[in-house]
Amino acid sequence: MSPTLAGLAQVGLLVVALAVCYRPLGDHMARVYTTDRHWKVERALYRLVRVNPDSEQRWTTYAAGVLGFSFVSIVLLYLLQRLQPLLPLDLGRGAVEPGIAFNTAVSFVTNTNWQSYSPEAVLGHTVQMAGLTVQNFVSAAVGMAVAVALVRGFVRARTDRLGNFWVDLTRGVTRVLLPIAFVAAIVLVALGAVMSLAKGVQITGVDGVQRTLALAPAASQEVIKELGTNGGGIFNANSAHPFENPNAWTNLFEIFLILLIPVALTRTLGSMVGDRKQGYVLLSVMGLLWAALLSVAWWAESHPNGVASLAAGAAMEGKEVRFGIPSTALFAVSTTGTSTGAVNGTHDSLTGLGGGVTLLNMLLGEVAPGGVGAGLYGILVMAVIAVFLAGLMVGRTPEYLGKKLGRREVTAAAIAMLAMPTVVLLGTGVALLLPSTTGALNNPGAHGLSEVLYAYASTGNNNGSAFGGLTVTSDFFQSTLGVAMLLGRFLPILAVLALAGSLAQQRKVPATAGTLPTGSPLFAGMLLGTVVLVAALTFLPALALGPIAEALA
Amino acid sequence: MSTTTPLRTPEHDPYTPEQAQELHAERTGRRMSAGAFNARQLVTSLPDAFRKLHPRHQLPNPVMFVVWVGSVLVTVFAVLEPTVFSIAVAAWLWFTVLFANLAEAVAEGRGKAQAESLRKMRRDTVARRLREDGAEEEVPGNDLRVGDLVVVEAGQVIPGDGDIVEGIATVDESAITGESAPVIRESGGDRSAVTGGTTVLSDRIVVRIATKPGESFVDKMIALVEGAERQKTPNEVALTILLSTLTIIFLLVALALQPMAAYSGRQVSVIVLTALLVCLIPTTIGALLSAIGIAGMDRLVQRNVLAKSGRAVEAAGDIDTLLLDKTGTITFGNRRCTELIPVGGVDRGELAAGARLSSLADETPEGRSIVAFCAENHGVDNNGAAGDGAPAGEVVNVPFTAQTRMSGVDLDGRQVRKGAAGSVKAWIREHGGTVPSEVDDVVDAISAEGGTPLVCAEARDGSARVLGVIRLSDVVKPGMRERFEELRAMGIRTVMVTGDNPLTARAIAEEAGVDDYLAEAKPEDKMELIRREQEGGRLVAMTGDGTNDAPALAQADVGVAMNTGTMAAKEAGNMVDLDSDPTKLIEVVEVGKQMLITRGALTTFSIANDLAKYFAILPAMFMAIYPQLDKINIMRLATPESAILSAVIFNALVIVALIPLALRGVRYRPSTASALLRRNLLVYGLGGIVTPFVGIWLIDLLVRLIPGIG
Repeated sequence: MSPTLAGLAQVGLLVVALAVCYRPLGDHMARVYTTDRHWKVERALYRLVRVNPDSEQRWTTYAAGVLGFSFVSIVLLYLLQRLQPLLPLDLGRGAVEPGIAFNTAVSFVTNTNWQSYSPEAVLGHTVQMAGLTVQNFVSAAVGMAVAVALVRGFVRARTDRLGNFWVDLTRGVTRVLLPIAFVAAIVLVALGAVMSLAKGVQITGVDGVQRTLALAPAASQEVIKELGTNGGGIFNANSAHPFENPNAWTNLFEIFLILLIPVALTRTLGSMVGDRKQGYVLLSVMGLLWAALLSVAWWAESHPNGVASLAAGAAMEGKEVRFGIPSTALFAVSTTGTSTGAVNGTHDSLTGLGGGVTLLNMLLGEVAPGGVGAGLYGILVMAVIAVFLAGLMVGRTPEYLGKKLGRREVTAAAIAMLAMPTVVLLGTGVALLLPSTTGALNNPGAHGLSEVLYAYASTGNNNGSAFGGLTVTSDFFQSTLGVAMLLGRFLPILAVLALAGSLAQQRKVPATAGTLPTGSPLFAGMLLGTVVLVAALTFLPALALGPIAEALA
Repeated sequence: MSTTTPLRTPEHDPYTPEQAQELHAERTGRRMSAGAFNARQLVTSLPDAFRKLHPRHQLPNPVMFVVWVGSVLVTVFAVLEPTVFSIAVAAWLWFTVLFANLAEAVAEGRGKAQAESLRKMRRDTVARRLREDGAEEEVPGNDLRVGDLVVVEAGQVIPGDGDIVEGIATVDESAITGESAPVIRESGGDRSAVTGGTTVLSDRIVVRIATKPGESFVDKMIALVEGAERQKTPNEVALTILLSTLTIIFLLVALALQPMAAYSGRQVSVIVLTALLVCLIPTTIGALLSAIGIAGMDRLVQRNVLAKSGRAVEAAGDIDTLLLDKTGTITFGNRRCTELIPVGGVDRGELAAGARLSSLADETPEGRSIVAFCAENHGVDNNGAAGDGAPAGEVVNVPFTAQTRMSGVDLDGRQVRKGAAGSVKAWIREHGGTVPSEVDDVVDAISAEGGTPLVCAEARDGSARVLGVIRLSDVVKPGMRERFEELRAMGIRTVMVTGDNPLTARAIAEEAGVDDYLAEAKPEDKMELIRREQEGGRLVAMTGDGTNDAPALAQADVGVAMNTGTMAAKEAGNMVDLDSDPTKLIEVVEVGKQMLITRGALTTFSIANDLAKYFAILPAMFMAIYPQLDKINIMRLATPESAILSAVIFNALVIVALIPLALRGVRYRPSTASALLRRNLLVYGLGGIVTPFVGIWLIDLLVRLIPGIG
């Protein structure tokens, strides 16, 4: 089979697998977040933390829950790292430096999983399993909870209650993430991923030098790393590492896990609002963006213009030979489109255009199809903006999913939309102002600008993938990137919950022939246009000086 | 159909004959795009536009305020380092602000002219106030208080708004309505309201003043058309927030660009950065937003409807349910003869002759419609030529009374009557005749179908017989069914409100094609219906004129009070129709929709424009750093300077070019939301992407000829 054919077969298989799971998983999640029955184990948990699972919260209380939980998580994760020497299975790796510990704590709690450290050298098994893996689960569940709260805002009428954050958080873990992760981890182990508590094995390399090959409980963390669109590898090489991602099958399976929940959540939306078409429209926009960017990346990587690459026939620098161009492009586009940030190759080595695609994919606001929960609420915010911008053209006050979009709704959506560009543009601008930045860059010129832009795009969007080529261990980068992750995560979440609160208080407006049809291909086109146009208008100048200049050279 | 005459005075006629014709075509052909705009207004509004350059006027509009600040900044740099380029950019940035001011000034200017003509009628009047002891005293009109009683006689101007408590008079209201025919106003009932500034033509009335001085109807009208009290409508506020957000994003883009450019090897000048910023922020819609709102109210004024707030106009576009009174709105005000049904073997012509005879003296609209019907359909005119020949001898008219419930004529030896079935049957028996059972069947059938049966009978030579039955029906105005179909397509449900019994109501509702009806409606029922609709999340519009309509008018989201109605109704509604034409509610809805569509269309256009501007400015800014970026200069603009200047010029000129559209509103045909969206996305979305590419390219062809630029 030629690589192209194999690539197409992979894409086909992936799409079929996602299509098969779309309905059962989407409907399952809709039930999870609407049923009033509690599992026994959940009840026990609620009793433990003294939460009444049947009391519903206002948006402010819900938001306070999200913020409080995340704050405590950051503190705990920070302490875990700092106190590593006191923990079992620390593998003698010592206390983590404060800058790295802060950055990492923020990174994993915000579902970013930006890694400014080398895991094999810095973290022991306990911090990995009790700290990072736990956050991989709960930070994903927080994203889903926020998305569901927003959907409830559309569904409910004349109430100030959005549900109970603690219940949504718990159920996301117990009923969605854990069961899937459990099964998937076994599959991954069966396919050859490593799952070990040993420190490593001694080997003699081909050069005759003795080396320690680090081992880790990789499979279990790998699964939730992809499923929860987290992306933080247990090894520095992330999914390019053969212990995390041994072969083409695991590679495809991991991509499937990355896309699974974000895709199925559109079905959950459709089921909860009682109009499946609304979910299909969002999914089609996500799918079109994903497919378009994949095509460009694939083409770009297959048509490089460097001498070395031409000799190789493709841009193979920074790619795993066992994956090749299509699988790397597929992974790169899926990981940057979902706020996952796991990588199976080096994005810094992508061609100008290919690297631009991964950048643009994040700068679109992580909606193709976006992180777990974050993708859904992200695209819903864009839908609100699209409806408001163009929806007036049907001659009515804009309405979306039966709710009128007035001052409060637009303000909330505008803040949610504004947060990411602010963080990315200001961060990049300030970083480039500093003379020290030039020293931290591997490459000068346009590629160097891409490297800085990528860092802030990745953290501001809670993606977590690194272009590489930028040394981010300075206090400036550790702290500003940390702040970028915090603002990029929690500003939109607060705005989204405020939006949900104000939507829930409204009456439901019945749809008539005069209502903007948001379940139609026409609206899908409009939404797609809005997402692309907003991102293009915001980032074209920066992209022109980075990847575009590089690609046109 | 009542004619709608625009508010005007001989000195200031806003309409040319073509425009008036267009206006008429619009109302009959039902295409909306009132066209009261001409280029002269641009020139006459220039002084106002210059006055608005003061920053105080720019502050409420964040987008234009940023342009204003940018203009100041670039001017400073142009003064410090004058080049052709810097001076040209500074000039065109100021033009951008100026053109935005111009749009608003033109929109306001049209209102001012109308206000001027209204002011003329608010001259000081002397009121004859009635004291409690019954004596009169003369006081200045401005001293009148609510509750004062004043006497007005023929030739005098009514000193203030109020209700007639005594008397009846003809009043010339042309100053407000433009309608020259005088109207009758009388105490009691729903025609008791009079407006200050109108003139009593005959008789004497006593008016109870209902408003404080300075708050009269005319005062409110003046304030409204001048836009003095204009507040941003909810949707306008929301849109401003979104436009501000976009402005902030572009500010950040411009801010972040400098370090990026510096890192890449070359700083961008402040002039170029400002030019980029102004081109990117949504200046087109920002400049035209308030003009669109003012023009929306103005379009209603042109239709002789006064909206008390912009909010009401906006709500009109959102209406889901229209409550329409049957009589006068859906049907002609009176029932008309639609059929003659002979009974007992009587010849149809004979019945027609009898029916006509019995109605000749009947001056009611129903009576006249019978005479007309007989002439048109049975050829009986010229005194009944088809039947008995001309009535000879003495003719005695027998008018309708509440007791007899019949009317007719007594001729020589012959009596003809028509009237309610029961009364006529009794009359026949009285005159020794018999009534065939067939009559009851026909009468019942007509009643069941919602019509009014009148039995026609004659008595001659000591015997009486039934000639037949006249069917009177409500006649639905022509074109109503199509109109309701359009409304349905627009997603608006129509509910007919009538005092008729359910049977009659249903028949008319079916004939007219309304979606629902409310029969035997009392004011409370109307109120209840409105509440129910609103509870279901729907917005309701209605018209009303009576005092008992007032609560419902106030409850409705859009309540259009008839100018002929009571003060209470006019106070309660949020719009007043000076023509008192209830059908106009439909036009009000269309004006509301048109205003929202115009806003959306120009917003979409404005943002879609940005893409081309990037293609012009980005290569211009960065070609010196990365020559390969010339590849995205797809318009092949001559030089960086010409590219940037062309984009700035295009950005300014497009505002002027769109002023007429903003004032007139975009073309609007009632249709479904999908159809509207498809069309407008194509025109203003796709058009908005393509137009600037062409425009900037054309401007560049000229600009490159300027020495120092090209």
